[in-house]
Amino acid sequence: MGVWPIWRRDFTRFYRQPNRVGGALGAPLLLWLFIGSGFGDAFSPPAEVEMGYLEYFFPGFIALVVLFTSIFSAMSIIEDRREGFLQSVLAAPVSRASIVTGKALSAASQALAQSLIALIPAFFFLDDFSAAKAGFILAALAALSFGLSAFGLAMAWRMDSTQAYHSVMNLILMPMWLLSGAMFPLTTAPGWMSWLMRFNPLFYAVAALRSSFYGATEAEALTGVPTAWAAGAAVAFGLVGFGAAVWAAQRPEA
Amino acid sequence: MTQHPPAIEVDQLSFQYGERHALRGVSFSAEQGCMFGVVGPNGSGKSTLLRILATLLRPSSGTARVFSIDAQSSPRAVRKTMGVVFQGTSLDDKLTVRENMQFRGKLYGMRRSKLASKIKVSLESGGLMERADDRVETLSGGMRRRVELAAALLHEPPLLLLDEPTTGLDPSARHAFWEETARQKKERELTVILTTHLMDEAERCGSLALFHLGELIALESPDEMKRKMGCDVVSMRAADASALAEELSARFGMRCFCSGNEARFNAPDGREWVGKLLEMFGERIDSVAVSKPSIEDVFLARTDYAAPPEDAD
Repeated sequence: MGVWPIWRRDFTRFYRQPNRVGGALGAPLLLWLFIGSGFGDAFSPPAEVEMGYLEYFFPGFIALVVLFTSIFSAMSIIEDRREGFLQSVLAAPVSRASIVTGKALSAASQALAQSLIALIPAFFFLDDFSAAKAGFILAALAALSFGLSAFGLAMAWRMDSTQAYHSVMNLILMPMWLLSGAMFPLTTAPGWMSWLMRFNPLFYAVAALRSSFYGATEAEALTGVPTAWAAGAAVAFGLVGFGAAVWAAQRPEA
Repeated sequence: MTQHPPAIEVDQLSFQYGERHALRGVSFSAEQGCMFGVVGPNGSGKSTLLRILATLLRPSSGTARVFSIDAQSSPRAVRKTMGVVFQGTSLDDKLTVRENMQFRGKLYGMRRSKLASKIKVSLESGGLMERADDRVETLSGGMRRRVELAAALLHEPPLLLLDEPTTGLDPSARHAFWEETARQKKERELTVILTTHLMDEAERCGSLALFHLGELIALESPDEMKRKMGCDVVSMRAADASALAEELSARFGMRCFCSGNEARFNAPDGREWVGKLLEMFGERIDSVAVSKPSIEDVFLARTDYAAPPEDAD
């Protein structure tokens, strides 16, 4: 009880503020186009992989769209608290776990909706498009969206300023994204960096996304990680993030 | 008089924010069907008390029971018994009035079929039907408060908590809010617990609990409170009221309050002071009046209302 109305309320707010849609989409798109085109010649994938840099960078771009939207949507909990809306929810007979579930699902849905728009360029370079492939892409995006949303909620629940949240998230998430294999493959990264990447949950989520786009063989050559492991780690990231958010919400208020 | 259990029973309730004691061992009870006012200066602990009753805060020690249900061990059961109108807004600006009501109803587990008709009835009786499909951001402050009230009562709770509900409203909007609250109270035998700074709102209450520095220092009806003062209030208007207040305090050792161009003090024999004051200050005083104490005078006398502590809540 409580999950569905909270999901619905947040999603209604999302589509009633269309300028938010543009913001979270535009910046990654420009990044993808400019960096993707500019660095194209410097990109040297492993011998068995045949693709241009724009194509390589594409899953990273989608991950960035998901990241921006999830984190931004999870931030709404801070606004809800500041504006007083949250107190009426906390005073209602619903559990904190339902509130967090509703919030996380709604932030994830917003990120998913946003990333579906961002997927449009994929039609130009993805061949052999099938229902199974679409399903795999959706599943990978859903796991990534939910994990990042839950993680954002866990961080945001105790914060009372959106500025503080932004700076903390930039500090944690930008390095996570840079080391996710979004911009360069693990197999060509220097040794110390490849180890950092192996401890980065976002790396596995992007690896799973990559497999969903290019198929397991090419993706595994780039990431050095079996697809099943990557998918498992992405789901685990979502569950851990969700657990952290529920835990943060259960703690008594100061 | 009544066999019903009290609506609220609070026993040795304490709450600490770090080092600061917001409530210190407060005990009282409030009868069902009453209008119970909680008053006191900023930082006296009244908002903390309301947040504990609403189960948003857990007491550091002591117990709070609502209709005999313990707020700490069964918070969800307690929440079902009450509607809460908070100090600030708790509506979503981007949703319409009706959508806000639907959201609230669903949070309280109301069924879809019942909810739609219940919302219709409550919007109609609150005079809100015309604006039902407008976004809340387009409503006036007074309208929003009436939506808050309607939303708080949607699930037909026997208890209504109001935390300084009319802050920032103009007089006519305040009047409308109270008319509606009084009507609802009568219709469903609601128990109302109210915190307020406004004296005319305090006067409406059957019982008043006066808080000061986290302690309950009086619990009486407004009339009793005034009668217990057992004295008159002497007030005078003057251009240099603050200088006058200082002089009087220094010469006669009384507590003389000053606000704007008015100075006032309490005295058992108010009438005798009129002549004395005119004699002493003559031209400096524009007017002198003697009256029976108001609720405000009771507060001024019993708390340091004029100088609230720095760490207000």
